[in-house]
Amino acid sequence: MISANLSAIFYLVSGVLFILALRGLSSPETSRQGNLFGILGMIIAVTVTFLSIGTFSSGFIFVLIFIVVGGSIGAFIAYKIPMTAMPELVAGFHSLVGLAAVFVAISAFLNPIAFNLGSPGNIKLGSLIEMSIGAAVGAVTFSGSVIAFLKLQGIMSGSPITFKGQHPLNAIILISIIVLIYLLCSTQSSNLFWILLAISFLIGFLLIIPIGGADMPVVISMLNSYSGWAAAGIGFTLENTALIITGALVGSSGAILSYIMCKGMNRSFFNVILGGFGATDDVSGKSSKEQRPVKSGNADDAAFLMKNASSVIIVPGYGMAVAQAQHALREMVDTLKKNDIKVSYAIHPVAGRMPGHMNVLLAEANVPYDEVFELEEINNDFANADVAFVIGANDVTNPVAKTDPQSPIYGMPVLDVEKCKSVLFVKRSLSPGYAGIDNDLFYKENTLMLFADAKKMTEDITKNL
Amino acid sequence: MEIDPLIFRLSIFILSIFVGYYVVWSVTPSLHTPLMSVTNAISSVIIVGAIIAGLSGDSQKVFNSSSMFGFMAIALAAINIFGGFLVTQRMLAMYKKKKKEK
Repeated sequence: MISANLSAIFYLVSGVLFILALRGLSSPETSRQGNLFGILGMIIAVTVTFLSIGTFSSGFIFVLIFIVVGGSIGAFIAYKIPMTAMPELVAGFHSLVGLAAVFVAISAFLNPIAFNLGSPGNIKLGSLIEMSIGAAVGAVTFSGSVIAFLKLQGIMSGSPITFKGQHPLNAIILISIIVLIYLLCSTQSSNLFWILLAISFLIGFLLIIPIGGADMPVVISMLNSYSGWAAAGIGFTLENTALIITGALVGSSGAILSYIMCKGMNRSFFNVILGGFGATDDVSGKSSKEQRPVKSGNADDAAFLMKNASSVIIVPGYGMAVAQAQHALREMVDTLKKNDIKVSYAIHPVAGRMPGHMNVLLAEANVPYDEVFELEEINNDFANADVAFVIGANDVTNPVAKTDPQSPIYGMPVLDVEKCKSVLFVKRSLSPGYAGIDNDLFYKENTLMLFADAKKMTEDITKNL
Repeated sequence: MEIDPLIFRLSIFILSIFVGYYVVWSVTPSLHTPLMSVTNAISSVIIVGAIIAGLSGDSQKVFNSSSMFGFMAIALAAINIFGGFLVTQRMLAMYKKKKKEK
């Protein structure tokens, strides 16, 4: 058994290692080392916990068994999961963190002596507040992430689910959570604790169902943030520095990502959270839906255009992930490069269903990361490029965001694809994107629509090159 | 008058938020997905609380209502720790630089 001071120092060390783990992600070269720091921090935290408890009773064996069982499941998932399913995986993992926080809080509530928090029915006030906040946020994280997972997985419809009185209902529930925490602290009643958990689960569910599929980058980041705050709440309860530091890191990380995602869509955080986007705004899109002429082509035309280009910019979007077209795309680009054509990739901040989604898919297909550029880095290059190849993206290329103040996406930063000499747009049909508005790009003089599955079209182009 | 230890923990918390703020802004956007999976893994350090909960039973009676929740939390957190770190490792291994032209 080691002293409380010594274990506190080790917890601090593991907290610092977690900071270094995130720091490593500032560039791909240092990131792998960063991940090792993270693993080391985790090993230290777990080992110190065992040492500080000291008594290796028979329970110890069960702890190991549960770690091995959980760990094997986790490792199995980590190796099997396709990269296109990362958003679902992350949402699923968030739900587990949330649920684990809830379970630890329940355990501490039932047996406060083990955690040095007082006795049942007479828990220290501060600990009880921290515990109930941690449990409530954990419960919201859990049910919210489950909904996000179901939406991303397609088990639940990605379209927003709204009903009358939704916002007042949510407001009432949020207020009652605060009231319940207050009552719980003054009465120490276990019934109130269970009610608090139940309505926290409910509010997580209600908060996420009105949010549409393409807003998922914000939702996932937000739930990431919540899982951090839940961990921090439990950290305060357990007086554990490693947990407090980690919770704060993860909480602010998720908050920053949500901010970046909201900015990428030019919408306020509250606008996204209140939800229902796309369900109400599509009226304006439909009214202007007269038949306009589009030029459509086939793989042969596309190959001809690209063969005669000297530089090509690829704009991938969620559709590429759905069609699993990233490998086919890389092969096409390889062929282009053999013909001395310069190729780069342009990634919009909200392309895909989570932050950095496209980058991971391209990395999986062996695209070197120094050919992949963010919006601000590459947007000026479109004017000098010969061909823009839009694959599975839509709203993020819509010039309407710059020209029409009436449009719901007005003001959103978009890729200046229309400035290219010619635009190849791979899409299955002319249907509008998720924002429910027509893309002006379809009807431009220099746009050639390629109506096909993204993967098949890319393969056909490669054959024709 | 002595300072409540809570204040120290609060200080750590607030300062960590600031550290997190600056560290995360320096993360390159192309690594935002690994960032989410690794934050997932490290927030599962909540397993330390779960272990304390799991070992709270006495040697005669390992399983009581409190330790059962602890054991379940251990399993959940372990899924996250192993899954989170390994999937991050798998992703990061894919990020490669352009090969030098020969």
